[in-house]
Amino acid sequence: MRLLNNVAVFILLAASYQLINGVCGQFHLGPNAFIALGAYTATLLTMAPAEKAANFLLTPLVWPLSQIALPFPLALLAGGLVAAGFGFLTGFPVFRVRGDYLAIVTLGFGEVVRVLANNLQGLTNGPLGLKGLQPYTTLWWSWGAAAAAVAFMVALVNSDYGRTLKAIRDDETAARAMGVDSFRHLLLAYILSSFFFGVGGGLLAHLITTISPSLFTFFLTFNLLIIIVAGGLGSITGAVLAAALFTLGGEWLRVVEEPQVLFGLHLPGIPGMRMVIFSFLLLLVILYFRRGLLGGREFTWAGIRRVWGRFS
Amino acid sequence: MLLETRNLGKSFGGLLAVDELQLQVPEESLYGLIGPNGAGKTTVFNLLSGFVTPTAGQIFFHGREITGLPPERITRLGVARTFQNIRLFEDLSVLDNVLVGFHCRRRASWWQAALRFPGYLREERVHTAKGRALLEEVGLADAAGDRAGQLPYGHQRRLEIARALATGPRLLLLDEPAAGLNPQETGELMDFLLSVHREHRLTILVIEHNLRLVMGLCEQITVLDHGLTLAAGPPREVRHNPAVIKAYLGQELG
Repeated sequence: MRLLNNVAVFILLAASYQLINGVCGQFHLGPNAFIALGAYTATLLTMAPAEKAANFLLTPLVWPLSQIALPFPLALLAGGLVAAGFGFLTGFPVFRVRGDYLAIVTLGFGEVVRVLANNLQGLTNGPLGLKGLQPYTTLWWSWGAAAAAVAFMVALVNSDYGRTLKAIRDDETAARAMGVDSFRHLLLAYILSSFFFGVGGGLLAHLITTISPSLFTFFLTFNLLIIIVAGGLGSITGAVLAAALFTLGGEWLRVVEEPQVLFGLHLPGIPGMRMVIFSFLLLLVILYFRRGLLGGREFTWAGIRRVWGRFS
Repeated sequence: MLLETRNLGKSFGGLLAVDELQLQVPEESLYGLIGPNGAGKTTVFNLLSGFVTPTAGQIFFHGREITGLPPERITRLGVARTFQNIRLFEDLSVLDNVLVGFHCRRRASWWQAALRFPGYLREERVHTAKGRALLEEVGLADAAGDRAGQLPYGHQRRLEIARALATGPRLLLLDEPAAGLNPQETGELMDFLLSVHREHRLTILVIEHNLRLVMGLCEQITVLDHGLTLAAGPPREVRHNPAVIKAYLGQELG
Protein backbone atom coordinates (compact mmCIF):
# COMPACT_ATOMS: atom_id res chain seq x y z
CA MET A 1 0.00 0.00 0.00
CA ARG A 2 2.53 2.47 1.19
CA LEU A 3 4.94 1.40 -1.52
CA LEU A 4 2.33 1.93 -4.25
CA ASN A 5 1.56 5.35 -2.81
CA ASN A 6 5.24 6.14 -2.89
CA VAL A 7 5.47 5.07 -6.53
CA ALA A 8 2.63 7.43 -7.44
CA VAL A 9 4.15 10.40 -5.61
CA PHE A 10 7.52 9.85 -7.27
CA ILE A 11 5.88 9.52 -10.67
CA LEU A 12 4.23 12.89 -10.10
CA LEU A 13 7.47 14.52 -8.93
CA ALA A 14 9.65 13.00 -11.66
CA ALA A 15 7.22 13.96 -14.43
CA SER A 16 7.15 17.56 -13.15
CA TYR A 17 10.95 17.61 -13.02
CA GLN A 18 11.14 16.23 -16.53
CA LEU A 19 9.00 19.12 -17.78
CA ILE A 20 11.45 21.82 -16.74
CA ASN A 21 14.70 19.87 -16.94
CA GLY A 22 14.24 17.45 -19.82
CA VAL A 23 11.73 19.21 -22.05
CA CYS A 24 12.88 22.80 -21.55
CA GLY A 25 16.53 21.84 -21.05
CA GLN A 26 16.95 24.08 -18.00
CA PHE A 27 19.21 22.45 -15.41
CA HIS A 28 16.97 23.23 -12.44
CA LEU A 29 18.46 21.87 -9.19
CA GLY A 30 15.93 23.14 -6.66
CA PRO A 31 12.86 20.87 -6.78
CA ASN A 32 13.43 20.04 -3.10
CA ALA A 33 12.56 23.66 -2.25
CA PHE A 34 9.19 23.47 -3.98
CA ILE A 35 8.40 20.04 -2.57
CA ALA A 36 9.21 21.36 0.91
CA LEU A 37 6.98 24.40 0.41
CA GLY A 38 4.09 22.21 -0.73
CA ALA A 39 4.62 19.76 2.12
CA TYR A 40 4.75 22.42 4.84
CA THR A 41 1.85 24.43 3.42
CA ALA A 42 -0.42 21.41 3.11
CA THR A 43 0.56 20.10 6.54
CA LEU A 44 -0.03 23.40 8.32
CA LEU A 45 -3.46 23.60 6.71
CA THR A 46 -4.68 20.07 7.43
CA MET A 47 -3.48 19.69 11.02
CA ALA A 48 -6.15 20.30 13.64
CA PRO A 49 -5.45 23.24 15.98
CA ALA A 50 -4.99 20.85 18.92
CA GLU A 51 -2.37 18.79 17.08
CA LYS A 52 -0.57 21.99 16.13
CA ALA A 53 -0.47 23.09 19.76
CA ALA A 54 0.98 19.70 20.68
CA ASN A 55 3.69 19.98 18.01
CA PHE A 56 4.77 23.56 18.55
CA LEU A 57 6.15 23.30 22.07
CA LEU A 58 9.09 25.68 21.94
CA THR A 59 7.63 28.48 19.85
CA PRO A 60 3.90 28.68 19.20
CA LEU A 61 2.68 28.70 15.62
CA VAL A 62 1.88 32.15 14.21
CA TRP A 63 -1.72 33.20 14.65
CA PRO A 64 -3.90 32.63 11.62
CA LEU A 65 -2.34 29.25 10.85
CA SER A 66 -2.73 28.04 14.42
CA GLN A 67 -6.54 28.17 14.08
CA ILE A 68 -7.08 27.02 10.48
CA ALA A 69 -7.89 23.45 9.51
CA LEU A 70 -8.80 22.75 5.89
CA PRO A 71 -9.87 19.56 4.12
CA PHE A 72 -7.06 17.61 2.45
CA PRO A 73 -7.79 18.46 -1.24
CA LEU A 74 -7.89 22.17 -0.52
CA ALA A 75 -4.65 21.91 1.44
CA LEU A 76 -2.99 20.09 -1.46
CA LEU A 77 -4.15 22.77 -3.85
CA ALA A 78 -2.86 25.46 -1.50
CA GLY A 79 0.50 23.65 -1.32
CA GLY A 80 0.67 23.66 -5.10
CA LEU A 81 -0.28 27.32 -5.30
CA VAL A 82 2.28 28.41 -2.70
CA ALA A 83 4.98 26.49 -4.56
CA ALA A 84 3.82 28.01 -7.86
CA GLY A 85 3.89 31.47 -6.27
CA PHE A 86 7.45 30.87 -5.12
CA GLY A 87 8.19 29.73 -8.67
CA PHE A 88 6.77 32.96 -10.07
CA LEU A 89 8.89 35.08 -7.71
CA THR A 90 12.13 33.15 -8.19
CA GLY A 91 11.55 32.76 -11.94
CA PHE A 92 12.62 36.33 -12.65
CA PRO A 93 16.13 36.02 -11.19
CA VAL A 94 16.48 32.37 -12.28
CA PHE A 95 15.83 33.01 -15.98
CA ARG A 96 18.22 35.92 -16.17
CA VAL A 97 20.90 33.25 -16.47
CA ARG A 98 21.26 29.93 -18.27
CA GLY A 99 23.17 26.69 -18.07
CA ASP A 100 25.54 26.15 -15.14
CA TYR A 101 24.62 29.52 -13.65
CA LEU A 102 20.95 28.60 -13.63
CA ALA A 103 21.87 25.34 -11.89
CA ILE A 104 23.72 27.26 -9.17
CA VAL A 105 20.93 29.81 -8.66
CA THR A 106 18.24 27.12 -8.33
CA LEU A 107 20.49 25.06 -6.04
CA GLY A 108 20.82 28.18 -3.91
CA PHE A 109 17.03 28.62 -3.68
CA GLY A 110 16.77 24.97 -2.64
CA GLU A 111 19.15 25.58 0.24
CA VAL A 112 17.49 28.85 1.22
CA VAL A 113 14.14 27.15 1.70
CA ARG A 114 15.67 24.37 3.78
CA VAL A 115 17.54 26.86 5.98
CA LEU A 116 14.36 28.90 6.42
CA ALA A 117 12.46 25.76 7.38
CA ASN A 118 15.12 25.10 10.00
CA ASN A 119 15.02 28.58 11.45
CA LEU A 120 11.48 29.92 11.15
CA GLN A 121 10.44 28.09 14.32
CA GLY A 122 7.11 29.88 14.61
CA LEU A 123 6.09 28.63 11.16
CA THR A 124 7.75 25.26 10.68
CA ASN A 125 8.69 24.13 14.20
CA GLY A 126 12.32 24.20 13.03
CA PRO A 127 14.48 21.07 13.05
CA LEU A 128 11.93 19.26 15.23
CA GLY A 129 9.59 19.03 12.27
CA LEU A 130 5.92 18.21 12.37
CA LYS A 131 4.71 14.86 13.60
CA GLY A 132 1.46 12.95 13.78
CA LEU A 133 -0.08 14.01 10.46
CA GLN A 134 -3.21 12.21 9.40
CA PRO A 135 -2.36 9.66 6.66
CA TYR A 136 -4.72 11.27 4.16
CA THR A 137 -2.70 10.14 1.14
CA THR A 138 -4.68 7.13 -0.01
CA LEU A 139 -4.15 5.28 -3.26
CA TRP A 140 -7.04 7.24 -4.74
CA TRP A 141 -5.44 10.56 -3.98
CA SER A 142 -1.87 9.67 -4.90
CA TRP A 143 -2.67 7.85 -8.14
CA GLY A 144 -5.45 10.28 -9.02
CA ALA A 145 -3.13 13.27 -8.68
CA ALA A 146 -0.28 11.51 -10.48
CA ALA A 147 -2.52 10.41 -13.37
CA ALA A 148 -4.07 13.85 -13.77
CA ALA A 149 -0.70 15.62 -13.64
CA VAL A 150 1.00 13.21 -16.05
CA ALA A 151 -1.93 13.33 -18.48
CA PHE A 152 -1.84 17.12 -18.41
CA MET A 153 1.91 17.32 -18.91
CA VAL A 154 2.00 14.74 -21.71
CA ALA A 155 -0.81 16.63 -23.47
CA LEU A 156 1.07 19.90 -23.05
CA VAL A 157 4.38 18.46 -24.26
CA ASN A 158 2.69 16.93 -27.31
CA SER A 159 1.01 20.21 -28.17
CA ASP A 160 2.31 23.23 -30.00
CA TYR A 161 3.56 24.63 -26.69
CA GLY A 162 5.63 21.54 -25.96
CA ARG A 163 7.12 21.77 -29.43
CA THR A 164 8.08 25.36 -28.75
CA LEU A 165 9.62 24.48 -25.37
CA LYS A 166 11.74 21.82 -27.07
CA ALA A 167 12.73 24.39 -29.70
CA ILE A 168 13.95 26.67 -26.90
CA ARG A 169 15.92 23.73 -25.50
CA ASP A 170 17.56 23.05 -28.87
CA ASP A 171 18.45 26.64 -29.72
CA GLU A 172 17.08 29.54 -27.74
CA THR A 173 18.54 32.18 -30.07
CA ALA A 174 16.85 30.63 -33.09
CA ALA A 175 13.58 30.30 -31.14
CA ARG A 176 13.63 34.01 -30.34
CA ALA A 177 14.32 34.75 -33.99
CA MET A 178 11.10 32.80 -34.69
CA GLY A 179 9.17 35.25 -32.52
CA VAL A 180 9.08 33.00 -29.45
CA ASP A 181 9.15 34.89 -26.16
CA SER A 182 11.49 32.40 -24.50
CA PHE A 183 11.38 34.04 -21.07
CA ARG A 184 7.59 33.77 -20.87
CA HIS A 185 7.58 30.17 -22.07
CA LEU A 186 10.29 29.09 -19.65
CA LEU A 187 8.64 30.92 -16.77
CA LEU A 188 5.35 29.19 -17.55
CA ALA A 189 6.93 25.72 -17.58
CA TYR A 190 8.83 26.53 -14.39
CA ILE A 191 5.66 27.67 -12.58
CA LEU A 192 3.72 24.62 -13.79
CA SER A 193 6.41 22.24 -12.56
CA SER A 194 6.57 24.19 -9.28
CA PHE A 195 2.83 23.73 -8.83
CA PHE A 196 3.05 19.97 -9.30
CA PHE A 197 6.11 19.80 -7.01
CA GLY A 198 3.99 21.51 -4.36
CA VAL A 199 1.10 19.08 -4.79
CA GLY A 200 3.56 16.18 -4.68
CA GLY A 201 5.08 17.59 -1.50
CA GLY A 202 1.66 17.71 0.15
CA LEU A 203 0.99 14.12 -0.84
CA LEU A 204 4.40 13.01 0.38
CA ALA A 205 3.89 14.70 3.76
CA HIS A 206 0.55 12.99 4.37
CA LEU A 207 2.02 9.69 3.28
CA ILE A 208 4.98 9.55 5.65
CA THR A 209 3.05 11.58 8.29
CA THR A 210 6.20 13.19 9.68
CA ILE A 211 8.12 15.98 8.03
CA SER A 212 11.26 17.86 8.98
CA PRO A 213 13.69 20.03 7.02
CA SER A 214 16.16 17.13 6.74
CA LEU A 215 13.70 15.37 4.42
CA PHE A 216 14.02 18.11 1.78
CA THR A 217 17.76 18.27 1.23
CA PHE A 218 19.49 18.22 -2.13
CA PHE A 219 19.45 14.42 -1.87
CA LEU A 220 15.76 14.46 -2.83
CA THR A 221 16.53 16.50 -5.95
CA PHE A 222 19.40 14.15 -6.73
CA ASN A 223 17.10 11.11 -6.64
CA LEU A 224 14.72 12.83 -9.04
CA LEU A 225 17.64 13.72 -11.29
CA ILE A 226 18.72 10.06 -11.42
CA ILE A 227 15.16 9.11 -12.33
CA ILE A 228 14.78 11.54 -15.21
CA VAL A 229 18.25 10.81 -16.62
CA ALA A 230 17.58 7.07 -16.45
CA GLY A 231 14.16 7.55 -18.06
CA GLY A 232 15.59 9.64 -20.87
CA LEU A 233 15.75 13.42 -20.76
CA GLY A 234 12.77 14.98 -22.48
CA SER A 235 10.38 12.05 -22.15
CA ILE A 236 7.57 12.42 -19.61
CA THR A 237 6.51 8.79 -19.97
CA GLY A 238 10.18 7.78 -19.61
CA ALA A 239 10.26 9.61 -16.30
CA VAL A 240 7.09 7.81 -15.21
CA LEU A 241 8.61 4.43 -16.04
CA ALA A 242 11.92 5.22 -14.36
CA ALA A 243 10.18 6.61 -11.25
CA ALA A 244 8.22 3.39 -10.85
CA LEU A 245 11.31 1.22 -11.36
CA PHE A 246 13.38 3.37 -9.00
CA THR A 247 10.85 3.33 -6.17
CA LEU A 248 9.97 -0.34 -6.52
CA GLY A 249 13.61 -1.30 -7.03
CA GLY A 250 14.64 0.58 -3.92
CA GLU A 251 12.20 -1.54 -1.96
CA TRP A 252 13.03 -4.90 -3.55
CA LEU A 253 16.74 -4.32 -3.17
CA ARG A 254 16.30 -4.09 0.60
CA VAL A 255 16.81 -7.83 0.45
CA VAL A 256 20.53 -7.39 -0.19
CA GLU A 257 20.96 -5.46 3.05
CA GLU A 258 19.53 -8.25 5.17
CA PRO A 259 21.43 -11.38 6.22
CA GLN A 260 20.83 -14.15 3.69
CA VAL A 261 21.58 -17.82 3.29
CA LEU A 262 22.44 -18.49 -0.35
CA PHE A 263 23.48 -22.03 -1.48
CA GLY A 264 24.47 -22.87 2.08
CA LEU A 265 26.63 -19.75 2.35
CA HIS A 266 25.76 -17.41 5.15
CA LEU A 267 25.91 -13.83 3.84
CA PRO A 268 25.80 -10.97 6.32
CA GLY A 269 23.73 -7.98 5.27
CA ILE A 270 25.77 -4.95 4.21
CA PRO A 271 24.03 -1.65 4.99
CA GLY A 272 24.19 0.70 2.01
CA MET A 273 24.59 -2.13 -0.49
CA ARG A 274 21.38 -0.95 -2.14
CA MET A 275 22.98 2.30 -3.19
CA VAL A 276 26.01 0.45 -4.60
CA ILE A 277 23.74 -1.64 -6.78
CA PHE A 278 21.77 1.43 -7.77
CA SER A 279 24.89 3.24 -8.86
CA PHE A 280 25.93 0.20 -10.83
CA LEU A 281 22.55 -0.01 -12.57
CA LEU A 282 22.70 3.68 -13.38
CA LEU A 283 26.14 3.16 -14.90
CA LEU A 284 24.74 0.40 -17.07
CA VAL A 285 21.89 2.63 -18.21
CA ILE A 286 24.31 5.41 -19.08
CA LEU A 287 26.64 3.04 -20.92
CA TYR A 288 24.04 1.12 -22.90
CA PHE A 289 21.11 3.52 -23.12
CA ARG A 290 23.01 6.75 -23.41
CA ARG A 291 19.84 8.75 -23.96
CA GLY A 292 17.90 7.02 -21.20
CA LEU A 293 15.53 4.08 -21.29
CA LEU A 294 13.14 5.76 -23.70
CA GLY A 295 15.77 7.94 -25.37
CA GLY A 296 13.68 11.10 -25.15
CA ARG A 297 10.76 9.49 -26.97
CA GLU A 298 7.29 9.09 -25.52
CA PHE A 299 5.12 6.06 -25.08
CA THR A 300 2.18 6.55 -27.40
CA TRP A 301 -0.73 4.32 -28.26
CA ALA A 302 0.39 4.41 -31.88
CA GLY A 303 3.87 3.29 -30.82
CA ILE A 304 2.48 0.44 -28.72
CA ARG A 305 0.29 -0.69 -31.63
CA ARG A 306 3.34 -0.61 -33.92
CA VAL A 307 5.37 -2.82 -31.59
CA TRP A 308 2.37 -5.10 -31.07
CA GLY A 309 1.95 -5.39 -34.84
CA ARG A 310 5.56 -6.45 -35.21
CA PHE A 311 5.06 -9.37 -32.83
CA SER A 312 1.75 -10.69 -34.16
CA MET B 1 10.62 52.63 -47.37
CA LEU B 2 10.02 49.30 -45.68
CA LEU B 3 13.22 49.44 -43.68
CA GLU B 4 15.24 52.50 -42.89
CA THR B 5 18.19 53.11 -40.59
CA ARG B 6 19.32 56.56 -39.53
CA ASN B 7 22.93 57.01 -38.45
CA LEU B 8 22.88 53.48 -37.07
CA GLY B 9 26.00 52.66 -35.09
CA LYS B 10 27.34 49.97 -32.81
CA SER B 11 30.64 49.88 -30.99
CA PHE B 12 31.91 46.96 -28.94
CA GLY B 13 34.19 48.60 -26.39
CA GLY B 14 36.61 50.59 -28.52
CA LEU B 15 35.78 48.76 -31.74
CA LEU B 16 33.40 50.47 -34.14
CA ALA B 17 31.60 47.58 -35.79
CA VAL B 18 29.03 49.70 -37.61
CA ASP B 19 29.13 53.44 -38.04
CA GLU B 20 26.67 55.96 -39.46
CA LEU B 21 24.76 53.40 -41.50
CA GLN B 22 21.99 54.85 -43.66
CA LEU B 23 20.13 51.92 -45.13
CA GLN B 24 17.02 52.44 -47.23
CA VAL B 25 15.32 49.26 -48.31
CA PRO B 26 12.23 49.86 -50.49
CA GLU B 27 9.12 47.67 -50.26
CA GLU B 28 9.25 44.43 -52.28
CA SER B 29 12.87 44.89 -53.29
CA LEU B 30 15.85 42.58 -53.37
CA TYR B 31 18.63 44.28 -51.50
CA GLY B 32 22.22 43.17 -51.03
CA LEU B 33 24.67 43.93 -48.27
CA ILE B 34 28.24 43.02 -49.17
CA GLY B 35 31.71 43.66 -47.88
CA PRO B 36 34.94 41.87 -46.97
CA ASN B 37 35.24 39.74 -43.84
CA GLY B 38 34.89 41.76 -40.67
CA ALA B 39 33.08 44.59 -42.46
CA GLY B 40 30.24 44.51 -39.91
CA LYS B 41 27.57 42.86 -42.07
CA THR B 42 26.42 40.33 -39.50
CA THR B 43 26.39 43.02 -36.82
CA VAL B 44 24.00 44.99 -39.04
CA PHE B 45 21.71 41.94 -39.15
CA ASN B 46 21.93 41.50 -35.39
CA LEU B 47 21.00 45.16 -34.97
CA LEU B 48 18.06 44.91 -37.38
CA SER B 49 16.72 41.71 -35.79
CA GLY B 50 17.14 42.97 -32.24
CA PHE B 51 19.84 40.59 -30.99
CA VAL B 52 22.21 43.53 -30.50
CA THR B 53 21.12 46.96 -29.29
CA PRO B 54 22.61 49.89 -31.19
CA THR B 55 24.86 52.42 -29.48
CA ALA B 56 23.73 55.14 -31.89
CA GLY B 57 21.00 55.87 -34.38
CA GLN B 58 17.55 54.50 -35.06
CA ILE B 59 15.86 51.73 -37.02
CA PHE B 60 12.44 52.13 -38.64
CA PHE B 61 10.35 49.30 -40.01
CA HIS B 62 7.33 50.36 -42.00
CA GLY B 63 7.55 53.81 -40.50
CA ARG B 64 7.56 52.46 -36.95
CA GLU B 65 10.65 52.74 -34.77
CA ILE B 66 11.94 49.33 -33.70
CA THR B 67 15.25 50.41 -32.17
CA GLY B 68 15.99 48.38 -29.05
CA LEU B 69 12.98 46.05 -29.26
CA PRO B 70 13.70 42.41 -28.31
CA PRO B 71 14.09 39.93 -31.21
CA GLU B 72 10.75 38.18 -30.61
CA ARG B 73 8.84 41.47 -30.89
CA ILE B 74 10.63 42.42 -34.09
CA THR B 75 9.87 39.03 -35.62
CA ARG B 76 6.20 39.43 -34.76
CA LEU B 77 6.19 42.80 -36.51
CA GLY B 78 7.31 41.01 -39.68
CA VAL B 79 11.09 40.72 -39.85
CA ALA B 80 12.44 37.16 -40.11
CA ARG B 81 16.05 36.08 -40.38
CA THR B 82 18.36 33.16 -40.98
CA PHE B 83 21.79 32.65 -39.47
CA GLN B 84 25.23 32.48 -41.03
CA ASN B 85 25.97 29.23 -39.17
CA ILE B 86 22.65 27.43 -39.60
CA ARG B 87 20.65 27.25 -36.37
CA LEU B 88 17.91 24.65 -36.69
CA PHE B 89 16.09 22.90 -33.86
CA GLU B 90 18.11 19.79 -34.51
CA ASP B 91 16.19 17.33 -32.33
CA LEU B 92 12.83 18.31 -33.81
CA SER B 93 11.44 16.96 -37.05
CA VAL B 94 11.63 19.00 -40.24
CA LEU B 95 7.90 19.76 -40.09
CA ASP B 96 8.10 20.70 -36.40
CA ASN B 97 10.85 23.21 -37.20
CA VAL B 98 8.48 24.98 -39.56
CA LEU B 99 5.59 24.74 -37.10
CA VAL B 100 7.65 26.55 -34.44
CA GLY B 101 7.76 29.41 -36.94
CA PHE B 102 3.94 29.59 -36.86
CA HIS B 103 3.87 29.64 -33.06
CA CYS B 104 4.12 33.42 -32.82
CA ARG B 105 0.86 33.78 -34.80
CA ARG B 106 -1.12 31.52 -32.45
CA ARG B 107 -4.23 32.58 -30.63
CA ALA B 108 -4.81 29.51 -28.41
CA SER B 109 -3.21 29.74 -24.96
CA TRP B 110 -1.13 27.03 -23.30
CA TRP B 111 -3.98 25.56 -21.28
CA GLN B 112 -6.28 25.52 -24.29
CA ALA B 113 -3.51 23.64 -26.10
CA ALA B 114 -3.02 21.15 -23.26
CA LEU B 115 -6.77 20.54 -22.94
CA ARG B 116 -7.12 20.26 -26.74
CA PHE B 117 -9.75 22.95 -27.17
CA PRO B 118 -11.44 22.88 -30.60
CA GLY B 119 -9.95 26.29 -31.44
CA TYR B 120 -6.46 24.97 -30.76
CA LEU B 121 -7.02 21.83 -32.85
CA ARG B 122 -8.34 23.91 -35.73
CA GLU B 123 -5.28 26.16 -35.57
CA GLU B 124 -2.98 23.15 -35.43
CA ARG B 125 -4.64 21.67 -38.53
CA VAL B 126 -4.36 24.93 -40.46
CA HIS B 127 -0.72 25.44 -39.49
CA THR B 128 0.22 21.84 -40.28
CA ALA B 129 -1.30 22.20 -43.75
CA LYS B 130 0.48 25.52 -44.30
CA GLY B 131 3.73 24.02 -42.99
CA ARG B 132 3.49 21.12 -45.44
CA ALA B 133 2.83 23.58 -48.26
CA LEU B 134 5.95 25.54 -47.28
CA LEU B 135 8.02 22.33 -47.23
CA GLU B 136 6.63 21.51 -50.67
CA GLU B 137 7.74 24.93 -51.86
CA VAL B 138 11.33 24.48 -50.66
CA GLY B 139 11.43 20.88 -51.91
CA LEU B 140 11.55 19.16 -48.52
CA ALA B 141 8.07 17.61 -48.51
CA ASP B 142 9.49 14.08 -48.47
CA ALA B 143 11.71 14.81 -45.48
CA ALA B 144 8.89 16.21 -43.28
CA GLY B 145 9.27 13.48 -40.64
CA ASP B 146 13.09 13.38 -40.54
CA ARG B 147 15.15 14.82 -37.73
CA ALA B 148 16.28 18.29 -38.82
CA GLY B 149 19.86 17.70 -37.64
CA GLN B 150 20.21 14.77 -40.04
CA LEU B 151 19.39 16.70 -43.19
CA PRO B 152 22.16 17.32 -45.72
CA TYR B 153 23.70 20.78 -45.53
CA GLY B 154 21.96 22.32 -48.51
CA HIS B 155 18.58 21.11 -47.27
CA GLN B 156 19.24 22.58 -43.82
CA ARG B 157 19.68 25.98 -45.49
CA ARG B 158 16.35 25.59 -47.27
CA LEU B 159 14.63 24.47 -44.09
CA GLU B 160 15.93 27.52 -42.28
CA ILE B 161 14.40 29.73 -44.96
CA ALA B 162 11.09 27.80 -44.82
CA ARG B 163 11.03 28.23 -41.04
CA ALA B 164 11.65 31.96 -41.38
CA LEU B 165 8.82 32.21 -43.94
CA ALA B 166 6.47 30.50 -41.48
CA THR B 167 6.61 33.50 -39.16
CA GLY B 168 4.80 35.49 -41.86
CA PRO B 169 7.47 38.13 -42.57
CA ARG B 170 7.36 41.16 -44.84
CA LEU B 171 11.13 41.44 -44.69
CA LEU B 172 13.45 38.44 -44.85
CA LEU B 173 17.06 38.81 -43.71
CA LEU B 174 19.33 36.14 -45.18
CA ASP B 175 22.82 35.84 -43.72
CA GLU B 176 25.08 34.25 -46.35
CA PRO B 177 22.53 31.81 -47.77
CA ALA B 178 24.99 30.52 -50.38
CA ALA B 179 27.82 29.79 -47.94
CA GLY B 180 29.13 26.26 -48.55
CA LEU B 181 27.05 25.68 -51.68
CA ASN B 182 28.60 24.69 -55.03
CA PRO B 183 27.95 26.80 -58.17
CA GLN B 184 25.03 24.63 -59.27
CA GLU B 185 23.37 24.78 -55.86
CA THR B 186 23.96 28.52 -55.79
CA GLY B 187 22.14 28.84 -59.10
CA GLU B 188 19.21 26.84 -57.72
CA LEU B 189 19.18 28.98 -54.60
CA MET B 190 19.01 32.11 -56.73
CA ASP B 191 15.97 30.81 -58.64
CA PHE B 192 14.42 29.74 -55.36
CA LEU B 193 14.89 33.17 -53.78
CA LEU B 194 13.43 34.87 -56.84
CA SER B 195 10.35 32.65 -56.70
CA VAL B 196 9.94 33.24 -52.94
CA HIS B 197 10.25 36.95 -53.58
CA ARG B 198 7.50 36.81 -56.20
CA GLU B 199 5.17 34.33 -54.48
CA HIS B 200 5.21 35.95 -51.05
CA ARG B 201 5.66 39.53 -52.29
CA LEU B 202 8.54 39.67 -49.89
CA THR B 203 11.36 42.11 -49.41
CA ILE B 204 14.67 40.31 -49.11
CA LEU B 205 17.85 41.74 -47.61
CA VAL B 206 20.75 39.43 -48.20
CA ILE B 207 24.34 39.35 -46.94
CA GLU B 208 26.56 37.47 -49.30
CA HIS B 209 30.16 36.86 -50.22
CA ASN B 210 29.23 35.25 -53.48
CA LEU B 211 29.24 38.25 -55.81
CA ARG B 212 27.69 36.31 -58.68
CA LEU B 213 24.59 35.71 -56.55
CA VAL B 214 24.38 39.27 -55.27
CA MET B 215 24.97 40.88 -58.65
CA GLY B 216 22.47 38.55 -60.29
CA LEU B 217 19.78 38.81 -57.62
CA CYS B 218 19.81 42.24 -56.09
CA GLU B 219 18.39 45.48 -57.39
CA GLN B 220 20.24 47.59 -54.85
CA ILE B 221 23.50 47.01 -53.02
CA THR B 222 25.25 48.59 -50.06
CA VAL B 223 28.94 47.90 -49.58
CA LEU B 224 30.43 47.97 -46.11
CA ASP B 225 34.06 47.96 -45.03
CA HIS B 226 35.27 48.26 -41.46
CA GLY B 227 31.81 49.40 -40.39
CA LEU B 228 31.72 52.24 -42.90
CA THR B 229 29.49 52.50 -45.96
CA LEU B 230 31.73 52.50 -49.03
CA ALA B 231 29.06 52.68 -51.69
CA ALA B 232 25.36 52.19 -52.32
CA GLY B 233 23.39 51.83 -55.52
CA PRO B 234 22.46 49.42 -58.30
CA PRO B 235 24.93 46.55 -58.93
CA ARG B 236 26.34 48.03 -62.13
CA GLU B 237 27.37 51.28 -60.46
CA VAL B 238 28.73 49.59 -57.35
CA ARG B 239 30.84 47.18 -59.37
CA HIS B 240 32.82 50.01 -60.96
CA ASN B 241 33.22 52.08 -57.82
CA PRO B 242 36.99 52.52 -57.19
CA ALA B 243 36.60 52.35 -53.41
CA VAL B 244 34.80 49.01 -53.68
CA ILE B 245 37.42 47.57 -56.02
CA LYS B 246 40.12 48.69 -53.61
CA ALA B 247 38.44 47.09 -50.62
CA TYR B 248 37.91 43.80 -52.41
CA LEU B 249 41.06 43.49 -54.52
CA GLY B 250 43.51 45.77 -52.72
CA GLN B 251 45.31 48.75 -54.19
CA GLU B 252 47.89 48.41 -56.88
CA LEU B 253 51.42 48.89 -55.64
CA GLY B 254 53.60 51.69 -56.89
